[in-house]
Amino acid sequence: MRLARLRGAGFTAGRPLCHGCMSGAEGSARAPVFTIMSAIVQFENVGLRYGLDSETLSDVSFSLHGGGFYFLTGASGAGKTSLLKLLYLAQRPSRGVIRLFGEDVVTLPRKRLPGFRRRIGVVFQDFRLVPHLSVYDNIALPLRVAGMEEAEVDAPVSEMLNWVGLGDRGQARPATLSGGEQQRVAIARAVIARPEILVADEPTGNVDADMASRLMTLFEALNRLGTTVVVATHDLPLMGQVTGAQMMRLDKGRLADPTGALRYPPRSRGSA
Amino acid sequence: MAGVADRRAAAAARHRLLPEGRVAGPMPWIIAIMMFLTVLAAAAGLGLGAAVRSMSADLAGRATVQIVEANVEARDALGRRAAQALRGADGVAGVRPVDPATLVDQLRPWLGEEASSGDLPIPALIDVTLTPGGADAKVERLRRLMAGLSPKIRVEPHAAFLLPLAGLLSALGWLAAGIVLLMALATGAVVVLAARGAHDSHRGTIEVLHLMGATDVQIARLFQRRIALDAMLGSLLGFVVAACVILLLGGRLIATGSDLLGAVRLPWSGWAVLAALPLGGVLLAMLAARWTVLRSLGRLL
Repeated sequence: MRLARLRGAGFTAGRPLCHGCMSGAEGSARAPVFTIMSAIVQFENVGLRYGLDSETLSDVSFSLHGGGFYFLTGASGAGKTSLLKLLYLAQRPSRGVIRLFGEDVVTLPRKRLPGFRRRIGVVFQDFRLVPHLSVYDNIALPLRVAGMEEAEVDAPVSEMLNWVGLGDRGQARPATLSGGEQQRVAIARAVIARPEILVADEPTGNVDADMASRLMTLFEALNRLGTTVVVATHDLPLMGQVTGAQMMRLDKGRLADPTGALRYPPRSRGSA
Repeated sequence: MAGVADRRAAAAARHRLLPEGRVAGPMPWIIAIMMFLTVLAAAAGLGLGAAVRSMSADLAGRATVQIVEANVEARDALGRRAAQALRGADGVAGVRPVDPATLVDQLRPWLGEEASSGDLPIPALIDVTLTPGGADAKVERLRRLMAGLSPKIRVEPHAAFLLPLAGLLSALGWLAAGIVLLMALATGAVVVLAARGAHDSHRGTIEVLHLMGATDVQIARLFQRRIALDAMLGSLLGFVVAACVILLLGGRLIATGSDLLGAVRLPWSGWAVLAALPLGGVLLAMLAARWTVLRSLGRLL
């Protein structure tokens, strides 16, 4: 079933997500029509406090719509990573309501959380590749966690390796890869199970401008397939590169909304 | 066939999630030592238990009648009457007067040649074997019967002589059982510490798996498998060495020719219990590892 979803989303051999997007070439095939779905993430007056310290996040309220592309920005220490942790269910808020895919995940029983986590792909700021596993096994991890048959793992992993331009490095250990290569492995791992939401924490923080641009092209390609993308960054030129993306700005733990764009669903970009 | 290959490939992929470090680590060796001591303690407990049971069954059904009469003729006459009365008594399965010559031979090491001079008044003895069950009541009836013949006749149940020894063996058996229990607890504690250590050293991998949607049980299984393999290796090693020691000691006990030490033997059922100990050790290790890892994971969101 999972494989069917992957195939349905374009992850089939010979039909890559974005031809040459990691080599700098613009993807030739745009998704024909892009439909904006209802809100799949809703934060309502969310606060987060670590121990007895003052709140890291205060009264954060926003909605993310399925298929949107969102940037989360703000100065260092503004609470970007904390907000993302709430989003990818690594942390519970101290107060407020978080709804993911229509369900309140704050009060959700712990045993139901894995099912939600499988619908979210995360690119960590520090990659968090498993050091003793090969690149291939790192990328295959979400599929194996989801219980995919081993015979069905190889095709999507090989395709993903080629997609991120690491087709010949499958058996390499992460320690032998450059920062950019590790970044690509982390991205491949985050997207291989076709998550409904992709969360990336400073994905361009460790790569040069050219690689950063190529990563954005890659995220856009994913977004065109329907994945909601949330990227935390303070790279303003990079944000300008993505057409129709929305921006959320955090300032001292509070969400500022200078453009007002988040009050409305993101505009359709499919036919643009 | 493809299914088997797929399962093998899936298992191999799962096994790669935690770096293999079997045998190189201290766990198998610690488990081997603990299993060695556990098997020895259990063997001692089972052997002593068998000895106590054998001794109790043997002693409970036997008694000695002593005729304490200095005059030889009167003693012989009283002995014959006593033997005749015993043969007709209820609850008596066998009566065997002890040959005076045999008695003198047995006493010679302590009394020297004086034992056979006839100057020393040596009591006449009759070995009595009782029918099974109700030994105390039967002995009491025999006492009354013998007292009716002569006040110089005493009835001594064998259990009374060796009761302290049987008690000692029984206590040693219980001590061995206690040691087995303590060793099981210590093994569990070692596994808990090892699982915690493994959990801490693989925290990064666990967090990544956790955030990808791996369930607690999926993660715990990785540790369970690894610790079960360590425990299996250690348990087998400990059991094999302990079994060799037990066989060696068993041979030495038989070589002593002592009835008492010979009673300390391990029946086949005892060997079956010992063989179950490594399996129990592996199961205990798996459960302890699972409990520890699930408890640690429970602290995560």
